[in-house]
Amino acid sequence: MKLEIKNLHVSYGGIRALKGISLTVEEGQIVTLIGANGAGKSTTLRAISGLQKVQSGSILYGGEELTTLPAKEIVRRGIIHVPEGRRVFPDMTVAENLKIGAFLRRDADGIAKDMKYVYSLFPRLEERSWQMAGTLSGGEQQMLAVGRALMSRPKVLMMDEPSLGLAPLIVKDIFSIIRRVNEDGITVLLIEQNANAALRIANFGYVLETGTISLTGTGEALLKDESVREAYLGKKRK
Amino acid sequence: MFEPTRLLQTLTDALSLGSLYALIAIGYTMVYGVLRLINFAHGEIFMIAMYIVFYGISLFTLPWYITFTVTILFTALLGTLAERLAYRPLRSAPRISILVSAIGVSYFLQNLATVIFGGRPLNFPQIPLFTDVLVIGDVYIQRLSLIVPVVTAVLLLLLLMLIKHTRTGMAMRAVSRDYDAASLMGIDLNQTIAITFFIGSALAGFGAIMWGMKYTRISPTIGAMPGIKCFIAAVLGGIGNTAGAVLGGLMIGFIEIVIVALFPSLSGYRDAFAFIVLIVVLLVKPTGLLGEKTTEKV
Repeated sequence: MKLEIKNLHVSYGGIRALKGISLTVEEGQIVTLIGANGAGKSTTLRAISGLQKVQSGSILYGGEELTTLPAKEIVRRGIIHVPEGRRVFPDMTVAENLKIGAFLRRDADGIAKDMKYVYSLFPRLEERSWQMAGTLSGGEQQMLAVGRALMSRPKVLMMDEPSLGLAPLIVKDIFSIIRRVNEDGITVLLIEQNANAALRIANFGYVLETGTISLTGTGEALLKDESVREAYLGKKRK
Repeated sequence: MFEPTRLLQTLTDALSLGSLYALIAIGYTMVYGVLRLINFAHGEIFMIAMYIVFYGISLFTLPWYITFTVTILFTALLGTLAERLAYRPLRSAPRISILVSAIGVSYFLQNLATVIFGGRPLNFPQIPLFTDVLVIGDVYIQRLSLIVPVVTAVLLLLLLMLIKHTRTGMAMRAVSRDYDAASLMGIDLNQTIAITFFIGSALAGFGAIMWGMKYTRISPTIGAMPGIKCFIAAVLGGIGNTAGAVLGGLMIGFIEIVIVALFPSLSGYRDAFAFIVLIVVLLVKPTGLLGEKTTEKV
């Protein structure tokens, strides 16, 4: 199913964070949103997952309007948001964090199976399943946040800055996991400050600038685009 | 310094008072956990529960078990209703608004009780099954003094199991840690907060029944002092921490009873001890005994 945003306006605290953006995430794709801090990337994800009220415009998933649904119903439809800063539950164990990811599911067998699947993706989490999540390293917490999201059997996985603050080696791991879950059939909407890495794995990219979309294109095209290279990839014009 | 019988008497008194404080303190700490709100109406909910018992047994002469069941259910619903009407609409307002709303609910219930039940103190019904005195050797113990700690211990155990091992408990822990992350798991914030009020108020109902039988006089202001002391107990233990509330409640109960037993001349100041202990503990450990530093929720 297609996730479609049409002319979305969001403001809070007197700030107009999104000024009518439109974008489409086709099923099975990896789509990335890049842009500077404060451009409205996180707000877009928060609006989709129901954490942020929307002024106008619509968010459609498979043709169904999401803007009027509570967060719980959006989770139930398989749209899962891994928030910036991982936001794992620090005083719950790793295993409990994974279980809470499956909060809306009632199929104990399926949950147990998915727990094994997550542990196979992240063996570190299995080793630490009884440890409090707050004692994990940043990279492990990010793995846990992704694992927790997978426990709900997502159809669309939205990730907000998964590589933020992580060591380069771990960033590589995280990106290979994103590709892997995408190959398993999960649609991915990715926000990244590491625009280079994000565009490399993305089918499609959108560039957000102060609440509007300034540029769109395939990952490859955006990687080659002069203005993108200059602004987000840290490369000087020759 | 004490003869053994008096020591035993003092200890059972302290344990049962401490247990009652603990039971009520949990209500404060649970609500604080999910809303970061000091629910000032908690003491008044406790007071209303006593009047329901009075009406059930003394006026309608219902059997105690029916009265108690109705009381606990009604109290739980009253607490949940207060949340729905007075706190939920203010959840995204500045913290001070919801606090003032809680103070408002507290005074509203106190005055409502005065209008409905009258301001004169009433005698709480005595139920021989609980209020009879047992004589063991030289020790005279009211059955209640033994029942209170046992009932409290059972309730605490059930609560801890609920929090640790059930889906609802998991949701409560998640909500008390991080609203957004909990929502993203598909947890219903409103429902979870309502359940928290329901449980906390039900525990106040249990506490009220036992308190009434033990101290026998009820009036519309009866909830104020236990309310403030149990709030202190919760802060003392580290607000937001269930085990801390129990520890704080027991400590305040013991200190009150033991100091009065040691220095009978100080008995007029007994209510002050809780405040003194609170000030001393907070000076040394601002987060309370079992409290941890938590970052403010946005």
